[in-house]
Amino acid sequence: MRTNTFRVVLTLVFLLFFSQGFATSEGSETEEPFNTTELIFHHIGDSHSFHVAGDISIPLPIILFTENGLVTFMSSEFHHDVEGKTIVTKNGLQFVNVHEKIYQLDSGAKTVAFDSEQHPTNAGRPLDFSITKNVFSMFLSMLVIFLLFTTAARSYKKSGTNMPRGIGKFLEPIILFIRDEIAIPNIGEKKYKRYMPYLLTLFFFIWINNIFGLIPFFPFSSNLSGNIAFTLALAAITFILTLYSSKSTYWKHMLWMPGVPIYMKLFLAPIEFMGMFIKPAALTIRLFANITAGHVIVLSLISLIFVLNTLWVSPASILFVVFISVIEVLVVAIQAYIFTLLSALYFGQALEEEH
Amino acid sequence: MSLALIQETATVSYGALAAIGAGLAAIGGGIGVGKIGGAAMEAMARQPEMQGKLQGAAIVLIAFIEAIALFAVVVSFLAMDK
Repeated sequence: MRTNTFRVVLTLVFLLFFSQGFATSEGSETEEPFNTTELIFHHIGDSHSFHVAGDISIPLPIILFTENGLVTFMSSEFHHDVEGKTIVTKNGLQFVNVHEKIYQLDSGAKTVAFDSEQHPTNAGRPLDFSITKNVFSMFLSMLVIFLLFTTAARSYKKSGTNMPRGIGKFLEPIILFIRDEIAIPNIGEKKYKRYMPYLLTLFFFIWINNIFGLIPFFPFSSNLSGNIAFTLALAAITFILTLYSSKSTYWKHMLWMPGVPIYMKLFLAPIEFMGMFIKPAALTIRLFANITAGHVIVLSLISLIFVLNTLWVSPASILFVVFISVIEVLVVAIQAYIFTLLSALYFGQALEEEH
Repeated sequence: MSLALIQETATVSYGALAAIGAGLAAIGGGIGVGKIGGAAMEAMARQPEMQGKLQGAAIVLIAFIEAIALFAVVVSFLAMDK
């Protein structure tokens, strides 16, 4: 019975996709040539308003620190203009939105002038603390994680620690997995407890943001964990924690490797020293590239319908999208796992004692 | 001759080079994943009781290889911007 219902739902979902494919491919015939790259970069990039569907989008607040103090207004004042044509005047300063970047016009300038690479020449960028699409989705995932874990904690308080209940049933195996498979083998029985809160936060934060990125409708769908600033911030925290917990053995092995001839020592020291910075850089790019690539593949497959400009491609393209999305569900969990695993590995290396 | 035309050809060839780079990265990734997959299958056939552990390790290693291929994709994205 249950499988039957599942099949019916799946078929309905497919039909929905098909009908959408038909509906949208008809509209694009008379318009200008379809630009795949632009569409994809628009979707994976950050934005100052949250596009819901069709012409509906939700404005988000813009918060700027300028020389005239704090300036705040809603992004709807730009009226969806990203070419820098609509000028918003606040606190005696003029602002424009050029490809989702807020520029402040120099005093005396009436319009934005562009150089040959489409960068404004008579405008600078103020300090931008806006709640963009990505920031919004980060707040959302923080809220979801907070609710999930406080609910789980409350259920443990009520029922004691013998049996997980409710959401705890789902979370406990994952937490135990991180403790037993990631933290203890890499950091060690004695010291792993200090790092558990960070490792758990890392895993669930990345995982939930990855999943939110895969869900293709309104409050989700932003490419937060495919944003290099986000992954860089996480990798930087790992880097700082590694340095903070490092023991003298770690530095000795890096700068003056014991047990090798002196010319090897001279050769290894710069390599090891560079490795210290390459590790977090690799963490940054690994997560960023994996998640961005997932989004790009899905969007490219959908764009195939518009590139070939025929609705007969849509069944194949939708099938591929579903296939890739299913793989992505696996990939996002593996990426969260790998980020956590490598962080634990680096902490373990830093903590290693002389033996 | 017109600078615009030269620039046009330049951007086109950058895009093509980026595509070739991405393709080469895909070949490298394919070889890596194939080797891991083959070795994992062989190991599983020899010791079926280790299947769970081997599968986990193989998936993680594949994710590492895939990441290296994706580094190259990121570089070709950057090259395309030029």
